[in-house]
Amino acid sequence: MNDFNLRGVAGFVVLVLLQVVVFNNINLFGYVNPYVYLFFILIYPFNKNRTLFIVVAFLLGLTVDMFMDSGGINAIACLVIAYIRPVVLRSSFGISYEYNTIRLTETSGIERLTYVALMTVTHHLVLFLLESFNMGLILSVLKKTLFSSIFTIVLCLSFIILFSRKRS
Amino acid sequence: MQQIINFFIRNKNGVLFLLLLGLGFVLTLQSHSYHKSKFSNSARWLFGGVYATSANVSEYFHLRDENRRLMEENRRLYNLLGGPQDSTAISQRIDSSSFKSKYLFREARVIKNSYRAVDNILTIDKGANDGIQPDMGVITSDGVVGIVDRVSAKYATVISILNTTIRINAKHRRSGEIGSLTWNGENPAFTQLLDVPKLANIQLQDTIITGGESTIFPEGIPIGTIENYELQEAQNYYDIEVRLLNSMTHIGHVYVIENLDAIEILTLQNQQNE
Repeated sequence: MNDFNLRGVAGFVVLVLLQVVVFNNINLFGYVNPYVYLFFILIYPFNKNRTLFIVVAFLLGLTVDMFMDSGGINAIACLVIAYIRPVVLRSSFGISYEYNTIRLTETSGIERLTYVALMTVTHHLVLFLLESFNMGLILSVLKKTLFSSIFTIVLCLSFIILFSRKRS
Repeated sequence: MQQIINFFIRNKNGVLFLLLLGLGFVLTLQSHSYHKSKFSNSARWLFGGVYATSANVSEYFHLRDENRRLMEENRRLYNLLGGPQDSTAISQRIDSSSFKSKYLFREARVIKNSYRAVDNILTIDKGANDGIQPDMGVITSDGVVGIVDRVSAKYATVISILNTTIRINAKHRRSGEIGSLTWNGENPAFTQLLDVPKLANIQLQDTIITGGESTIFPEGIPIGTIENYELQEAQNYYDIEVRLLNSMTHIGHVYVIENLDAIEILTLQNQQNE
């Protein structure tokens, strides 16, 4: 338990710093950036206290917002995906989630992809909608969501593979 | 009563979700209104420190560009002066009592750039300790960058020209007709100049410069060239698409402009309004 808490805090800090110092400056094709910090929400243990999880996810987003001067848009996006995570887990992993037995690194590729993709696209859609704050820009919002999602999904999946290698 | 408490305990996650959602929206709304960005925090020491450290490293990747820009600027200034001067002679001439200028320029370094969002805010590494105040103009040698928003001791945030809340007084150089420069949040290479009277004889590639009606920018700082234009529906005003001279995607060093007469002008205007 304590071991996880320590790792969790370290992961929180490292991911936020990576996000604001490195990944916010990639700007592929001028505007595509991955939002890798949501990796923290993806791998947060599935069987831990859900209330705490929601608060931590909100704080994670808020920290990134403070760095990016963006008000509360990352906080809301993180909050939303943290809240809907049980639904996403159930629909991507099916019955094995109900028994709290899954570990992300031991699931099949398709299931994992579904889970990461659903979470990422939801997060990005909420994020870019709030960022533009204007329905007139809906096309550019969808475009940003699509390209940034692909980038984030690829990075998050490779992170998951990296971490599973280290453990085995 | 018991039931109400039970209801909250049973739905505590839902209630928590709604509370935090509300808080998030309040913060977001605040950040969308000019000058009320209370949580616009990168001016504070922690965030400023992190960005300054990372800027120290990433600066090296742009040294070549930065040098080229400095050489270009030097060349232009030499041409104004008519060649290199005896530097000792110049330093004697400039002493603060005889040197009377309306504007004071300070140099600063952009430690956090941003141009992908709809409301972009930059951070520079000079603050109140160096005499930076809110509402000062920020430019590079190429053109306008933005307006100082919030100031801490060592850092300041700048509302970028690429921010949908910014309004800059600008004019068409050839005719002198004035309009209001804004950004529609789409392409960081272009901004929009609205409400230019039809009297102005607009042509493609004409230059747009700052208007000098506000106390923020001196008159005549270049902004961009006309890329496209169309008449508004009422047929009296032009809306103009302006291609920025400044490349907002990599900005290194900037100049912060203080208008030494700003307080005097603003007090006078306020007295008039009362």
